[in-house]
Amino acid sequence: MRFWNRIWSSARAVARRSRMEREMDAELRFHIEAFTEDSVCRGVPREEAMRRARIEFGGIERAKEECREARGVNFIDSLFEDLRFGLRMLGKTPGFTVVATLTLTLGIGANTAVFGVVNSVLLKPLNYPKAEELVALHQVAPGAAGLADFETGLLLSPSMYFTYAEQNHAFQSLGVWVAGTANVTGLAEPEQVRTVEISDGVLQALGVPPEMGRWLSPADQIPGGPERVMLSYGYWQRRFGGDRSAVGLNLTADSRPREIVGVMPQGFRLVDAEFDLVVPLAFERGKLILAGFGYQGIARLKPGVTPAQADRDLTRMLPIWMDSWSNGPHTDPHVYETWKITPNIRPLKREVIGNASDVLWVVMGTIGLVMLIACANVANLLLVKGEARQQELAVRAALGAGRGRIVRGLLVESLMLGLLGGTLGVAFANGGVRLLSALGPANLPRLSEISLDTRAFGFTVLLSLLSGLLFGLIPALKYSGSRASLALGSAGRSMSMSRERHRARSVLAAGQVATAFVLLVSAGLMIRTFQALRRVEPGFTDAKHLQVLRVSIPDSLVKEPERVTRIQNGIVDNLAAIPGVMSAGFISKMPMEGFDAPWDAIYARDKVYSDDAIPPLRLFKQVSPDFFRTAGTRIVAGRGLTWTEVYRLRPVVMVSENLAREMWGTPSAAIGKQLREFPSMPWHEVIGVIEDVRENGVQEKAPETVYWPSLMGDLYGPGNLGAVRTVTFVIRSERAGSAGFLIDVRQAVWSVNATLPLASVRTMQEVYDKSVMRTSFTLVMLGIAGGMALVLGILGIYGVISYTVSQRRREFGIRLALGAHPGNVLKMVLRQGAKMALVGVVIGLGGAFALTRLMTSLLFGVAASDPVTFVAVAVLLILVALLACYLPARRAMKVDPMAALRYE
Amino acid sequence: MDKKQMELLQGTLDMLILKAVSLGPLHGYGILLRIQQISKDRLEIQQGSLYPALYRLEHQGWISSEWGESENKRKAKYYRLTAAGRRKLQTEAEKWNRMADVIAGILQSTPEEV
Repeated sequence: MRFWNRIWSSARAVARRSRMEREMDAELRFHIEAFTEDSVCRGVPREEAMRRARIEFGGIERAKEECREARGVNFIDSLFEDLRFGLRMLGKTPGFTVVATLTLTLGIGANTAVFGVVNSVLLKPLNYPKAEELVALHQVAPGAAGLADFETGLLLSPSMYFTYAEQNHAFQSLGVWVAGTANVTGLAEPEQVRTVEISDGVLQALGVPPEMGRWLSPADQIPGGPERVMLSYGYWQRRFGGDRSAVGLNLTADSRPREIVGVMPQGFRLVDAEFDLVVPLAFERGKLILAGFGYQGIARLKPGVTPAQADRDLTRMLPIWMDSWSNGPHTDPHVYETWKITPNIRPLKREVIGNASDVLWVVMGTIGLVMLIACANVANLLLVKGEARQQELAVRAALGAGRGRIVRGLLVESLMLGLLGGTLGVAFANGGVRLLSALGPANLPRLSEISLDTRAFGFTVLLSLLSGLLFGLIPALKYSGSRASLALGSAGRSMSMSRERHRARSVLAAGQVATAFVLLVSAGLMIRTFQALRRVEPGFTDAKHLQVLRVSIPDSLVKEPERVTRIQNGIVDNLAAIPGVMSAGFISKMPMEGFDAPWDAIYARDKVYSDDAIPPLRLFKQVSPDFFRTAGTRIVAGRGLTWTEVYRLRPVVMVSENLAREMWGTPSAAIGKQLREFPSMPWHEVIGVIEDVRENGVQEKAPETVYWPSLMGDLYGPGNLGAVRTVTFVIRSERAGSAGFLIDVRQAVWSVNATLPLASVRTMQEVYDKSVMRTSFTLVMLGIAGGMALVLGILGIYGVISYTVSQRRREFGIRLALGAHPGNVLKMVLRQGAKMALVGVVIGLGGAFALTRLMTSLLFGVAASDPVTFVAVAVLLILVALLACYLPARRAMKVDPMAALRYE
Repeated sequence: MDKKQMELLQGTLDMLILKAVSLGPLHGYGILLRIQQISKDRLEIQQGSLYPALYRLEHQGWISSEWGESENKRKAKYYRLTAAGRRKLQTEAEKWNRMADVIAGILQSTPEEV
């Protein structure tokens, strides 16, 4: 309280400067006059009385000055003086000012940009009302290998959703959803759009009101009722030009008319999904079984309920779920007890951010280190400047400036530099944020929300001031204490180097090398990771010349499964006939496509299975003949599929190499074995073993996979055919990706059926690049940070050595005059530089060992303490440091003794 | 001036000023007179140091000031004690008294006691 009082009193005094002066005058005059009057009353003559009054009072001006001091006017006054003086000093050394400002602009700008991203992605709450109540219904199931991996856990089944939604005590509302696609026709060209299918409770949980119209209601979730749909803001703008009369119109999605009931507002996303349409899931309750774990659960907690309490609530409902539903006659609903399903709900924000936080914090950390190096550099520059200013400071000290005052003067200068760098840095950061959004992994969550807000600006101001303080304090403390007489005495003649004088700068330079070492090792580890990823065989070859695209044939368009296969076959034939195409085929899902395929258990005829355990789950895919040849996926044993087998519904199947090895020991042993998915299914004979495919990205283990023919018969009884309706076509051609080729491809598809939209038209290279995006983004960011660190660190060493050489000119001159060999002088200088670099590298080694452990989750195929990287970086740094010393060292060698001696 | 006048101990001026204005608002010259009067002219006060002390005390919030009219109808700046100043005066006085006791005790001690 009193503190603020004083500040207020000082501020008032400064602001009403002239008034205070007037009042002070009046007050002192009154005193002297009153004193005079009293004397006159006692009989002293007026003249004499006045004289005595003045003598008694003492120095009026001194009293006034002391009064001002008491008011704190002087503090603020002299601060302004320091500011003016600081500005003048910066203006007088433009070279220094420009270099220091640029260094700081780069450092602060890069830090602000990265902080802007960290702030927008990790720190800001999600864009929903009371977002802290929102949770993702994450659950783990250690007993369900394959189906429930660590990252996504076990998804919910529709029956689970009904049990949870109807019996819980912990949630305000709860629902499930899944992302998908739909073909929209009748609006211009057929188009495949992104959909989110939702149950009741999802929109209620998120709580974002529609832009216009209404939410999907419980009534819209009744199967067989009127079909309704909601639009995203973007789709509404794109397809309806933002026309408000769109609500109430019909839209044909997957060949079925649906009434548009509402539009969601701009920027609304469902968790991390961007979409065009919101479609009701409309589960047919009577037909649901226990299984079907394919839906994300989302819920809003009741106020005051903790996630742990909610987990207990969900755990309580699991037995209810198993007792309420079944997987059909003769199945035991309690087999799921062996899965050990454990609810583990997480804040929705964590679900959205996913593993992006690892990358972002590592990038933030490295950029922070770059800032440290930048500060060390500016501190070094200031130390050089301080040396040149010692005389001036000594004069000021001799004239009575206190140590505190001098420290403050120097600090004001460096704070101004910091703020200058910060101001320019914000402009730099603005560009940087845009660059980051462009560079950022396409799967970086909340990409569209990235911006610089007030918090980011606050961060910049704080960083500017802190860095100003950091790099200003070292020279300020060092030079404020210089003994006036000594400095004055030696001024004008530079002594030969005294060790003590350069210690601070050598320490700083070594620190810079150490920090640069840490950053370069991190960047090096990312390069090694990237190399390791490149070496992994993903399960397809020559991705640049592999065109992929998705086509879906809904049953509302073509009912008979066999006709679906005929159409797909026709498309494959047309594609293969395009000039320059070597072969074509299709599969239900290509690797790394970023969505999930079905998983289920298989049973082999030659194995015995106990009733109470479900065997491990396998990834299921359906393929066409020629697919493996087209994609370049090796057939390890046996052979591929033929069209004849497909149409004749021959019970054949292929398995992945790791599955064959697991079940029968070797790939060739698998050929001829028989397996099936469930008892009513005919036994299928294994005809081929396929190489392992890195389904979920090159870092992830290849899952055990079963490849079924794209058309299968007798699935649920004789004559009951099943065809895969949504597939990825794969075309091998030198022309893949070119515009002309894509025209041919569209033509080939549309000449079979003109209403089929082509979606996700890409080359496999793009799919691959996207899947290693996280790694390449981190690599680029750490590369930039490492590069900046290298340049700044080397500049630091160069600066120190170069300055030392210029200071020791006289000494070198004398040495050379006395007969020293120029080579020895060179060695001497190089030794000094090498010492700094070595010390830096040794410290850096320790730092890197400790810090690179934090980025383990980003590495692949390389240890955090990879010796190759450490040694390579150490050698690189020492070599570059020696080079930085060599240039000034050569100058030292060439000193002309006579000139050097005369120079003084 | 009288030979018997003592110089003020360092740091006691603030306390005396607070005491002087605790008896009622006074202008600077009045404070000087009041202190001399109470001390029966036994203390010598540097007039020049009185005003910086007043400004400092006001800056710290112990006293406040306002312009008023003096006994002979002239404009003068009057100081009065604030609530914080009153508390300050009390603690300072206690501290002083304790200190005086201790010092007196030491000075009166006889060789036998030591």
